Amino acid sequence: MKLAYWMYAGPAHIGTLRVASSFKNVHAIMHAPLGDDYFNVMRSMLERERDFTPVTASIVDRHVLARGSQEKVVDNITKKDKQEHPDLIVLTPTCTSSILQEDLQNFVNRASMSSDSDVILADVNHYRVNELQAADRTLEQVVRYYLEKAHRQEKLNLSLTDKPSANIIGIFTLGFHNQHDCRELKRLLQDLGIMINQIIPEGGFVENLHELPKAWFNLVPYREVGLMTALYLEKEFGMPYISTTPMGIVDIANCIRQIQKQVNIWSPILLGKKFDFEPYIDEQTRFISQAAWFSRSIDCQNLTGKKAVVFGDATHAASITKILACEMGIRVSCTGTYCKHDEEWFREQVQNFCDEILITDDHTEVGDMIARIEPSAIFGTQMERHIGKRLDIPCGVISSPVHIQNFPLGYRPFLGYEGTNQIADLVYNSFTLGMEDHLLEIFGGHDTKEVITKSLSTDTDLTWNSESQLELNKIPGFVRGKIKRNTEKFARQNNITKITVEVMYAAKEDLSA
Amino acid sequence: MSIKISETLTFECETGNYHTFCPISCVAWLYQKIEDSFFLVVGTKTCGYFLQNALGVMIFAEPRYAMAELEEGDISAQLNDYEELKRLCVQIKKDRNPSVIIWIGTCTTEIIKMDLEGMAPKLENEIEIPIVVARANGLDYAFTQGEDTVLAAMAHRCPEQKTEIEKKIDDKSIQELFSFLPLKTKEKSNKSFTLKNTFSLVLFGSLPSTVASQLSLELKRQSIHVSGWLPAQRYTDLPILGDKVYVCGVNPFLSRTATTLMRRRKCKLIGAPFPIGPDGTRAWIEKICSVFNIETQGLEEREQQVWESLKNYLNLVRGKSVFFMGDNLLEISLARFLIRCGMIVYEIGIPYMDKRYQAAELTLLQETCKKMCIPMPRIVEKPDNYNQIQRMRELQPDLAITGMAHANPLEARGINTKWSVEFTFAQIHGFTNAKDVLELVTRPLRRNNNLENLGWTNLIKIQKR
Repeated sequence: MKLAYWMYAGPAHIGTLRVASSFKNVHAIMHAPLGDDYFNVMRSMLERERDFTPVTASIVDRHVLARGSQEKVVDNITKKDKQEHPDLIVLTPTCTSSILQEDLQNFVNRASMSSDSDVILADVNHYRVNELQAADRTLEQVVRYYLEKAHRQEKLNLSLTDKPSANIIGIFTLGFHNQHDCRELKRLLQDLGIMINQIIPEGGFVENLHELPKAWFNLVPYREVGLMTALYLEKEFGMPYISTTPMGIVDIANCIRQIQKQVNIWSPILLGKKFDFEPYIDEQTRFISQAAWFSRSIDCQNLTGKKAVVFGDATHAASITKILACEMGIRVSCTGTYCKHDEEWFREQVQNFCDEILITDDHTEVGDMIARIEPSAIFGTQMERHIGKRLDIPCGVISSPVHIQNFPLGYRPFLGYEGTNQIADLVYNSFTLGMEDHLLEIFGGHDTKEVITKSLSTDTDLTWNSESQLELNKIPGFVRGKIKRNTEKFARQNNITKITVEVMYAAKEDLSA
Repeated sequence: MSIKISETLTFECETGNYHTFCPISCVAWLYQKIEDSFFLVVGTKTCGYFLQNALGVMIFAEPRYAMAELEEGDISAQLNDYEELKRLCVQIKKDRNPSVIIWIGTCTTEIIKMDLEGMAPKLENEIEIPIVVARANGLDYAFTQGEDTVLAAMAHRCPEQKTEIEKKIDDKSIQELFSFLPLKTKEKSNKSFTLKNTFSLVLFGSLPSTVASQLSLELKRQSIHVSGWLPAQRYTDLPILGDKVYVCGVNPFLSRTATTLMRRRKCKLIGAPFPIGPDGTRAWIEKICSVFNIETQGLEEREQQVWESLKNYLNLVRGKSVFFMGDNLLEISLARFLIRCGMIVYEIGIPYMDKRYQAAELTLLQETCKKMCIPMPRIVEKPDNYNQIQRMRELQPDLAITGMAHANPLEARGINTKWSVEFTFAQIHGFTNAKDVLELVTRPLRRNNNLENLGWTNLIKIQKR
């Protein structure tokens, strides 16, 4: 047993359902007690989904428990088959119902005899893997199922597309800015003259999966979901894959260079030419994206050597760490991930870019670390944002677990060249800014928790002498009011009626004491 | 599919493939209500993720609840349940020192047959904190019934009514029981109100303290003194129960608590409609008064006054139709109030219907329909959401009161929705709060008046496949 207040990654069935409901015309049946189907709420509310979430719970209640679930599950599968005619029905238990140890595979076999749809059982251990691992596993299972099916029916077409093409693997529902990232990736590939063969699972049809091997290569933007599928496709069909996340100027260039390498294996033979993406990389880096220029600008100079802490899923935490350290000159005091299963990769990625590394899924450890380090800014999940609030440290959110705020209506990608702009904005706005920072340091903070006088007007019993008035006028407008109030508050508390420059600085000292 | 609207109350039962929240969600409001409590949900990651996510109660403010997350070793019984729970409870005692720890059993503890009730007394002695066990599992209960299981379990812990001699010794503790009253009236009430021969009244159901005192005040106007609430603001202030105590519920989902109070604590149950809407509140007070042989004073005027103040809202809802998909078991009371407001209710979906505990409410529903000359709505127990959506397509109600999972898709199809959970969390009880119910109900209708001329009602593409 574990005392838990909060968790970074959800239970396994959430991952399975995220994959299943991302495909088009796929229905998932949950074998679960009442109330376990809150996935529907999450998807409908967070993604502001217009369509009914294609997930139905076949409810396990006391009655069902006594008699066994077979009849009900099979009945619900066949009913859904008749009602919606899905291409595929995925059956999944939850942590709870998996303990019943019912022979769900047998239910699936029976149901598929009387259904037009394909029916599969999501093959996941609910006590050993989390949401992300389960999603990865389920995606691979679905892809494997359809490729093997095509192989049996001899429908498999292994010839490459005429023009260079790619599959994007791992874009799915409830992902962190996934929809925006997907649009950005499409644009990037289009700019490079590479066709998109398929994007899975988001918006894909399972009936088309047998055409996956036609692509020249696979692109896996996030490590958490899609790698297993890419590895399977590599092993079975010799398809190369690229798993460098195109986040940040440097890694986008790396990713594009790998793409170039892949397409240049076949293009001299098939198209009689070679691709050179270097001019594109250069143009984008220096002139289209504003991020490289931002790094050079005087604004970013003020960030030099500031301390930051990074925490998130392996992909985002590693990429952001590299961006902060290499592209902006910010000192990353600690970086960490809750993806414990990917520890080795993560350490290797970030070891030269940060002072320490923290691998944990216990948010209290992360909180303690942040409190100890006292960074100027945090880049983390919603949990770190909250920790930051309590410690009065600004936080930019860079990773799942998702929150309604991570589904902005506007365009906010993290990947690609537009993503670099967004990240630069996020980083810059997270730190207390240049001049403001200096002044706050001198005069002690933004805080206006207490009301000093009832009226906001300044004609009070306090008088400012000419020097202090002058000193006050030297302070830029946006903090002047605050400093004036802080000083007057101090004066009142100490029964001072005449405010001199000395009083101003005594007030400042008092605040910082 | 033919849709008939019958004249008498008919109950149907569908497949039960409907969406509602897990009953453990009661933790979210009960921990706030009982200020010195700690709730420990003994369940899996699935339960924890639900509390964290679907309810939006991220465990940020370090609230007084946590998960005892069952891991593989617990499920396969490699670990000793007692030792594991002890470890966690000792930790909780050290960190938070609550007056009571409430163990919330889940589906998983049911399935692995973890003997929480057996372990609690032993551990309670060992760590010297009361431990209450409630089985708020989704195998037996729906959403709000979680509160029912907790209150039923707490009913066992309420102090027993003392005999006259014992009472004197205990006087101080009883005095404390009235500590919410101002000092002067406290003395007075102690004199004028003695427990020895007269009957006392305890109300059950968790309400925000302001609402609870509003209801107490309404009864005080009729010279009825409420001697306690289950639950009280503090666990240490649980009401005194016994065979001279009348009990009355404020929520329709508390049938198990009612039964426990009657059978195990020998209390006398007052079966009244629930104090939701001016009509319900009046009927509720009237019923309580009739039990105490008190003639109500100015109650009719009070109700009339409230209706008068609702006029603007009534103009908006009159003649409009509403469809309850079924979620929180407040459906019958809300439907009755909305019918009284002049709305037409097509269907009342409800997860579970205790016809005995809700008898007075059902009668009032029937009377209200007759009075308003409106056909009786169909009541569907354990509904099937898929079928309901088909019916809604046909009926095109002006408003659907639905769980969160269906709200956005229905809105996209031009059907106005209101989340049923909002009625669970909003203050809807009593005369003063009737306005809040209508405020919620009319919000989508008022929004529509604003957006009416834009021509954006349907926001989905015609399906091609």
